[in-house]
Amino acid sequence: MGFQVFVAFGPWNLLLLLVALECSEASSDLNESTNSTTRHEPNVQFAAASSEPDENIPVFVLDYDYVQIPYEVTLWILLASLAKIGFHLYRRLPGLMPESCLLIIVGALVGAIIFGTDHKSPPVMDSSIYFLYLLPPIVLESGYFMPTRPFFENIGSILWWAGLGALINAFGIGLSLYLICQIKAFGLSDVNLLQNLLFGSLISAVDPVAVLAVFEEARVNEPLYMMIFGEALLNDGISVVLYNILIAFTKMHKFEDIEPVDILAGCARFVIVGVGGVFFGIIFGFISAFITRFTQNISAIEPLIVFMFSYLSYLVAETLYLSGILAITACAVTMKKYVEENVSQTSYTTIKYFMKMLSSVSETLIFIFMGVSTVGKNHEWNWAFICFTLVFCQVWRAISVFALFYVSNQFRTSPFSIKDQCIIFYSGVRGAGSFSLAFLLPLSLFPRKKMFVTATLVVIYFTVFIQGITIGPLVRYLDVKKTNKKESINEELHIRLMDHLKAGIEDVCGQWSHYQVRDKFKKFDHRYLRKILIRKNLPKSSIVSLYKKLEMKQAIEMVETGILSSTAFSVPQLAQRIQGTKRLSPEDVESMRDLLTHNMYQVRQRTLSYNKYNLKPQTSEKQAKEILIRRQNTLRESMRKGHSLPWGEPAGAKNIRYLSFPYGHPQPASRHRRVAEFTDNDSSDSELPSIMFKEHSQRDLPQERYPTQEIIPMKSLYRGRKPTNFRYQRNTSQEEHVGQGRRAALRPKPLFRAVDEEYESGEESAEEASAIGPGWPPEHRPSREHHKSHSPLLRRK
Amino acid sequence: MGSRSSHAALIPDADSLRRETGFSQASLLRLYHRFRALDTNKKGYLSRMDLQQIGALAVNPLGDRIIDSFFPDGSLQVDFPDFVRVLAHFRPADDEDAGLRDPREPEPLNSRMNKLRFAFQLYDLDRDGKISRHEMLQVLRLMVGVQVTEEQLESIAERTVQEADEDGDGAVSFLEFAKEEEENGSGRQLVVSTTVCLKTQLPGRFLVLVISVWNYWKLLGIITTTAFIIVL
Repeated sequence: MGFQVFVAFGPWNLLLLLVALECSEASSDLNESTNSTTRHEPNVQFAAASSEPDENIPVFVLDYDYVQIPYEVTLWILLASLAKIGFHLYRRLPGLMPESCLLIIVGALVGAIIFGTDHKSPPVMDSSIYFLYLLPPIVLESGYFMPTRPFFENIGSILWWAGLGALINAFGIGLSLYLICQIKAFGLSDVNLLQNLLFGSLISAVDPVAVLAVFEEARVNEPLYMMIFGEALLNDGISVVLYNILIAFTKMHKFEDIEPVDILAGCARFVIVGVGGVFFGIIFGFISAFITRFTQNISAIEPLIVFMFSYLSYLVAETLYLSGILAITACAVTMKKYVEENVSQTSYTTIKYFMKMLSSVSETLIFIFMGVSTVGKNHEWNWAFICFTLVFCQVWRAISVFALFYVSNQFRTSPFSIKDQCIIFYSGVRGAGSFSLAFLLPLSLFPRKKMFVTATLVVIYFTVFIQGITIGPLVRYLDVKKTNKKESINEELHIRLMDHLKAGIEDVCGQWSHYQVRDKFKKFDHRYLRKILIRKNLPKSSIVSLYKKLEMKQAIEMVETGILSSTAFSVPQLAQRIQGTKRLSPEDVESMRDLLTHNMYQVRQRTLSYNKYNLKPQTSEKQAKEILIRRQNTLRESMRKGHSLPWGEPAGAKNIRYLSFPYGHPQPASRHRRVAEFTDNDSSDSELPSIMFKEHSQRDLPQERYPTQEIIPMKSLYRGRKPTNFRYQRNTSQEEHVGQGRRAALRPKPLFRAVDEEYESGEESAEEASAIGPGWPPEHRPSREHHKSHSPLLRRK
Repeated sequence: MGSRSSHAALIPDADSLRRETGFSQASLLRLYHRFRALDTNKKGYLSRMDLQQIGALAVNPLGDRIIDSFFPDGSLQVDFPDFVRVLAHFRPADDEDAGLRDPREPEPLNSRMNKLRFAFQLYDLDRDGKISRHEMLQVLRLMVGVQVTEEQLESIAERTVQEADEDGDGAVSFLEFAKEEEENGSGRQLVVSTTVCLKTQLPGRFLVLVISVWNYWKLLGIITTTAFIIVL
């Protein structure tokens, strides 16, 4: 394994290093050369050009200065992206450390190179760039991807914890550091109270998003997840507001003393800035939702509207000295619900990806700035200050967690256990936010800015690397239920079944909707808001909108891939079954378990999987589709049969036998031949002597078969359907063994008949006789059938 | 809250239900509200359709089977007492009084055995007290995505039955099932908290209080802030 690591990762590292080296060297070389030239040459050239108009136009000119900033930024982002690719190529690495570690390492690498090559213009980030361009995308993204429902269910605890927690941390750290600064021996007596408080406010901005990935993998309980998410969401806003107010105070303090009334005003302003920001955000969210109501004809601008209105809310709030961060968060949360229903599926995808991309670019840039400023001369290392900062960060976080959760547990039905609290305490990872705030401290007001930056960097490095890497093992260790592993497929299956059952019963109990406020809002929403904000032709209920999302095309694709993987039906299987008990080697059992773990449906989660750096393929949606399609078939079947339960009566079991190959049933030879003829690829495969269950051989088959399946044109599917049809009508009695054991995995056989009856009776009976064409194996039918069977469920509502 | 508790009278023979199922008054009330909410036409009972309209249940791979377990013996409707009885299986099992319980009384619905029995009947389609390989295969099919081939499923089902099958009849009986679950402890997890979340309203009230206190400050604050901004 160790060897593999190096093989897999070594080249990448090397490559990255090379790229980095080349970039920066090139840029620095160019820079130096152009630097010298640009100083005087343009003048000379210009003068020359004006005095001697007949001089030739230069054939080759290097104007690096013109493109320098975007050029370098592009290279950095590219570098970070390449690093990310490398990071994810090796699968176990993302499980070991959060992605922010990687970004910081890359940043530090770039920084080291820039420092080493003595780059003339190290990258700078100034206040306006950060607040106007880098911060909004990050905040917008986390607001937009917030799971609304669980958030509002826990909103009391989240506000309590995220709001008060940030304040306690900021003031706690600030005040206790101030006490430390009073000790003469440390040489910190020139740092006054305000500066300390400011430092406290910026260092208390935690960014626990990296932790969320760990949580998701370890499947921690939902409230815990939401606490961390809520903290990540609101913490930035609160710290920035505090930071800005304190900066204002510091500026004021330079000229006059601060009076109590000013402090009072500061408190009031804190509230107004927060509430006002949220207010503006909500208003803009509604406006943009309202506008997307009318975009059905030009769906290309839908994403633009979403982004521009969010940004506008940020800017407007900032103009009015309100919190832009809270505004953009509130805007995203508000509009998300309505916009998602209004916009087309493609716009929806675009919005999601674009948002991820923007925020990821922003964050990458910040981390690179951070790395660059790590390596360099602008540091002031003060042991006392840095060590005490580190200690106080942990101590105050512990105090705030345990105190605040002690209080909020009194009000909660499902209190947070000590274990949960420990995890929350440990997840206090600092990130890009604190660094940026520290980096942006105005030097004129903060003579010891370098020391602040150094301390911030130390805290960030400590939390990101040490806590970020160890929290995964910690969560897994605290998670006692995973301790006793037994090698059993039963366990795998039963546990998942129990989870599904639990989830199902929870849904029946409707555990989620019990807030009076929520109910009232829902009523209001239904009565007024939705009518105003959402397009007319949309169905009301959420399940219908889910169906709406299941576009036909995708469903067909799904069915087709289903075909691909399930074509082969095997005769050897039959023989093997007859011979009865077979002993499986442990490897086979292992591979079965593997197969099950990876392919069983996930238990529905209310918190969608969230990853700051990547947009995962929406497995849940796909899974929902599959289940719905299957389910709809059984529903239709049961309706057709006139009684609603396929359960209980003995025939039910028999009917669902569609799925299995009829063992021991006499096979009509001709039928068998026919199937063998068209799936001869499959049967030859399956006649391999591999009786044992071999995972890899199974996996390979679909890929081999893929091209041949791919080129079957739609028409031939239509044509090919008929012979089977015909067959059905003639020998429905034999339908148990028409030989598509495989295909049937997707849909109950009687359904075929149902579709036939419903749609095809009058349709093409004349054609039927002429359809002697290639009798495609019945496996292909469902893809067409789906066109029709898609809608009935919709109608059900 | 006062208006809520007056609804308690609406629940038919609430007391005996409470004794039977072990739900608290509040939980029962909440379940009753839920029942009423699910009952679309105010029929007084739930039909299969009512349950099928729960969105999250529709995408639950076991959705149909879960719904079916509410309708035993082919009945088409479930009234409130039956509804509660089914849900009572999912109350946390109270271990402490297991020894003290009167042996003549029937086993409480939330006992471990009953939980397991509930799960078992999700597998056992034909209700013959055994999970055949075929039934196992069907469960697998419900729960496994389309990527897995039929053969793989079949051999998995084969293997699953084999693992648990002790008497060699090619099927898993309830006892074998219970034993298997005993070993991996999944039955114990079959607890869904249906407790009423009346308490959670309190933080909201608390916030309202905080905000109203702030309101007084705000008036003062607005004035000072505007002054402050002007000064700036």
